[in-house]
Amino acid sequence: MTAGHPQRRVTPMQSARGSATVPVRRPMHAAPDVRQHRGSAPNAAPRRASTPAQRRRRRLRSKYLPYMLVLPAAFLEIAIHVVPMLVGVWMSLLELTQFHIQDWSTAPFVGFGNYSATLDVNSETGKALLHSFGITVLYTTLSVAISWLFGLSAAVFLQRPFRGRALLRTLFLTPYALPVYAAVITWGFLFQRDTGLVNHVLVDQLGLVDGERPFWLIGENSFWALLVVSVWRTWPFALLCITAGLQNVPTEMYEAAAIDGAGFWRRITSVTLPSLRPINQVLLLVLFLWTFNDFNTPYVLFGGSAPPEADLISIHIYNSSFSTWDFGTGSAMSVALLLFLLLVTAVYLLITNRRRIHA
Amino acid sequence: MREGRGERIARWIVLTFLAAFVLTPLYVMVSSALKPLQDVQDYFTWFPSTLTFQAFVDMWSTVPLGNYLLNSVIVASVAAVFSVVIAVFAAFAISRYRFRGRSVFSVAVLSTQMFPGILFLLPLFLIYVNLGTAGGVDLYQTRLGLVITYLTFSLPFSIWMLAGYFDSIPRGLDEAAQVDGAGSMRTLFTVILPTAVPGIVAVTVYAFMTAWGEVLFASIMTDQDSRTLAVGLQAYSTQFQVYWNQVMAASLVVSVPVVAGFLALQRYFVAGLTAGAVK
Repeated sequence: MTAGHPQRRVTPMQSARGSATVPVRRPMHAAPDVRQHRGSAPNAAPRRASTPAQRRRRRLRSKYLPYMLVLPAAFLEIAIHVVPMLVGVWMSLLELTQFHIQDWSTAPFVGFGNYSATLDVNSETGKALLHSFGITVLYTTLSVAISWLFGLSAAVFLQRPFRGRALLRTLFLTPYALPVYAAVITWGFLFQRDTGLVNHVLVDQLGLVDGERPFWLIGENSFWALLVVSVWRTWPFALLCITAGLQNVPTEMYEAAAIDGAGFWRRITSVTLPSLRPINQVLLLVLFLWTFNDFNTPYVLFGGSAPPEADLISIHIYNSSFSTWDFGTGSAMSVALLLFLLLVTAVYLLITNRRRIHA
Repeated sequence: MREGRGERIARWIVLTFLAAFVLTPLYVMVSSALKPLQDVQDYFTWFPSTLTFQAFVDMWSTVPLGNYLLNSVIVASVAAVFSVVIAVFAAFAISRYRFRGRSVFSVAVLSTQMFPGILFLLPLFLIYVNLGTAGGVDLYQTRLGLVITYLTFSLPFSIWMLAGYFDSIPRGLDEAAQVDGAGSMRTLFTVILPTAVPGIVAVTVYAFMTAWGEVLFASIMTDQDSRTLAVGLQAYSTQFQVYWNQVMAASLVVSVPVVAGFLALQRYFVAGLTAGAVK
């Protein structure tokens, strides 16, 4: 139907000639294909209708095509992620305080000075950072564990069809779809001391609290408020992934287990969980990284600055950078955080992969 | 396989608890938006004393919500469209070609997704500011700067998801098109894209949601004119008194489009996620 189209005539010819070395099954592996044809090009030339210039252009195009295809993505990734990261590392080695931000060239090079200042646990900033780190570890552990547990229970109980199942599944996914700020602002309203729902239920309706209405967004309780919001926002993603993972478990396996007399609990531990292992490996890592780096939840819930009890690492770095305009120290903390996360990820992948091989 | 009695009771308890947990804030958001002001200034009540839509009227004048909404729509739409277009090409290359640097590219792209946002924030902030003062390229506190930033944020996951989707399209289809004389680009546009519509839809929704909901960069990189909803909505609480009914009404209005979009396309989204994740 496209007779006379210049490109049409070439492709079948190329694949026919290349069939000895290039499998016809993979005709689009452009780079090896072209390199192979370069040698034999003069022989084939007279039989082609296209001019040499056209052919060269086409050959160049197919050789560089994959690179041209990834170029925009690669450019953006480099410009917005890689370069800022390198700049960040460089910034962490400078004394980049408010006096030098206008002109970086005047910022003195201090080497690892920022690192030793921030990571020194005896100094004031070091203590604050360590405290924030501890809070973040606790927050992440609890949030990921509870979210995973919620996601798993819901996914398992939603496996069996019943009336209203689709509706329930849709409802459960809503927190994931809701914009972060809308969800967190609403929770902020729920946690208001006088006008909020939480105190109304706990104090007025259930009478669980004696005396004063507790504050939820300042003081000790703020950590738990933050945790509740985090779980509310996170667990639907666990549900989504685990549901997807459960679809790959053949029903015969459950039936076989049931015939063998395995009860509900036994089916979970010996069929469901082992089948979910590959999903869980990725899911837990992703949840860990997202929660550990969480900035949005505390930022919106507490309106910019978190109380010390809920001072997560991201918001700690943010505040110590922008309140004092000391970007050198802030960058040093960010880089240290990145190194920590890389280390945890590497160790995690090493352990889980080894266990998978041995299992 | 029959469901045991204990299992049924457990299912009932767990699902009821989770439904109540998820539903409570959503209910409060909707019911408070329908309350008159004095209701939300007093102790909490489960039901409005009178139903009123006044909050939906007043919310536009308390803060310039219209501007914020417009900024968010522009930024999120443009970022989503460009993100998907760029991701389609990159995912096509990753899925259908073996080229030098392919695995480095895929790993690097995905791992940036996992890095702390705060790590990019400080340098990017200074780069944008300096590009403006030295190079005359206005990215700081402009919508263009936000678009570029957000589209890069959604790129890694979009590429990853789409590459998984393209992988699941049989190569036989490509070859048939090749035999018919279609070039690489023709194959992409006439064979792969029509087959991958669900994946592309899912990625578009994902990219839009990413830009629509981002808070960290929006809080630093915007000024009064370019402010998006993520920051703008918090402006209600800096007023002399907090109009919680208006805050809830505004939250509802900005949530409905994305939630509706996501839930309507949920099947495709899950399919796209599964294609990328499960393999």
